[in-house]
Amino acid sequence: MEKRVVFDNRWLPYLLVAPQLLVTFVFFFWPAGQAIYQSAFIPDPFGLKTQFVGFGNFEYLFGNRYYRESFLTTAVFSVLVTISAMSFALWLAVLADRVIKGSSAYRTLLIWPYAVAPAIAGVLWLFMFNPFTGIIAWMLSQMGYVWNHNLDGGQAMALVVAASAWKQISYNFLFFLAGLQAIPKSVIEAAAIDGASFWRRFWTIVFPLLSPTTFFLLVVNIIYAFFDTFGVIHTITQGGPQQSTTILVYKVFADGFVGQDLGSSAAQSVVLLVLVGILTVVQFRFIERRVHY
Amino acid sequence: MSGMVEKRGVGTWLTHAGLIFGIAVICFPIWIAFVASTVTQDDLIRPPMPLLPGPHFFDNYLEALLTGGVAPVWQMLLNSLVMALGITIGKIIISLLSAYAIVYFRFRFRMLFFWLIFMTLMLPVEVRIVPTYEVVASLGLLNSYTGLILPLIASATATFLFRQLFMTIPDELTEAARVDGAGPIRFFIDILLPMSRTNIAALFVILFIYGWNQYLWPLLITTEPSMNTVIMGIKQMLPTGDQTVEWPVIMATAMLAMLPPVLVVIGMQKLFVKGLVESEK
Repeated sequence: MEKRVVFDNRWLPYLLVAPQLLVTFVFFFWPAGQAIYQSAFIPDPFGLKTQFVGFGNFEYLFGNRYYRESFLTTAVFSVLVTISAMSFALWLAVLADRVIKGSSAYRTLLIWPYAVAPAIAGVLWLFMFNPFTGIIAWMLSQMGYVWNHNLDGGQAMALVVAASAWKQISYNFLFFLAGLQAIPKSVIEAAAIDGASFWRRFWTIVFPLLSPTTFFLLVVNIIYAFFDTFGVIHTITQGGPQQSTTILVYKVFADGFVGQDLGSSAAQSVVLLVLVGILTVVQFRFIERRVHY
Repeated sequence: MSGMVEKRGVGTWLTHAGLIFGIAVICFPIWIAFVASTVTQDDLIRPPMPLLPGPHFFDNYLEALLTGGVAPVWQMLLNSLVMALGITIGKIIISLLSAYAIVYFRFRFRMLFFWLIFMTLMLPVEVRIVPTYEVVASLGLLNSYTGLILPLIASATATFLFRQLFMTIPDELTEAARVDGAGPIRFFIDILLPMSRTNIAALFVILFIYGWNQYLWPLLITTEPSMNTVIMGIKQMLPTGDQTVEWPVIMATAMLAMLPPVLVVIGMQKLFVKGLVESEK
């Protein structure tokens, strides 16, 4: 797409793009370049000079049991967050789409958690599940179930998944609702006249027609679980117990800032860079396809 | 909306019941936080905690605002506000300008610049934290508003959004403006900006929430308590270290921290939805 009518000016366009390019170079390309450069070196024990190791950091990284486990943790975490946030949101959107009276009130009440920061979501859930004083931990103990996410890795994972998914439900709900409302009612009415039950109509007509929205949300939710949930992990578990909730983004932070292992952290940044690259490309392919619908 | 399809009666009631259940699940954490912010520490440390608000609303909120943890919460809120507005306004301005240049001018390296901006989509701050921190530190920007804001204002999304919008503005308008003797700057200020008003407002809502909710970046670069933002400052209040802050004060801080973005979402719901849908296109 190009404009037919444009302005002629020798220097103005450069002046206009300059601020954004400057910020992009200083804070995006320079650091990204640094990450790639540093990933090929290790500092000597005194931190005085660095030694070139080529792909050594990467070899070390993938040979490291904790890093491979972190990959698995990230995969489990993102799948759980994505599935729970999307299915609950879809269920609510289907209900809200059926409501005639008061649907805007429901919508208002369902969308505002979008505005809650992941770190605050972490604090709220931490408070409810505090092993000694939390209201839900107490309820569980009344039912004979001992809750202590500081000791039990599975419980810790469940808690960070719940807090992360909770925050993302509103977003998914809005897009699912918009998707549902865009489906022509005549199609559904025709099926109803043919005697198809609600659930049959849903699985054979509505859900397939909703698939562009579903795919789009799938990618967005995975990106969210990969990168935006740092605040949840950092406030609730700090990656513990025994690294059971150390997702990749948390590990970059922990190794780089807490562990001061810059070579490894830089190599991890490069791995993440590749992952975001792949996800972005996938996202764009889906969006292109979405335009054709 | 689905009119003739749905049967009345039991089905409708079940639908409402389901929605109310969903809302209850979603609102429960906030309700608990609110209740906790209105009672005393003693009410909370012996479970079960009360489920209805107590009489200590003002005590807790005042203590949070004036004393807080390592820094008073009013100061952290102010820092958050400066950062959120800085990021929002900065992003909108630089994206408007670069999108204008890319759409309305022909110049060398135009497409190269476009792709360079586009590539930043692939570099969220979480991915490049350590090197970005080093760059900001070497520029002497730790513990400054500039350091909080600048690294976060480059945005491919906003540039794209404005590019798409400018593409839909008819060429006849540009022609007419040129015939009337308007130069590129006149055209931008008198025609393009007013026509982009709603899109700018919608983007403002989304970016404000994005900026306000930043966590990792302020956590790294604000080592001085007086520069802490409220979203990361609350983490410092959690009972892990020697100094203990009481839970009611922490929960009051959490409520204060989420209030501005939540008000923005509820108050500007239409713009919010528009911004959300558009910025994901």
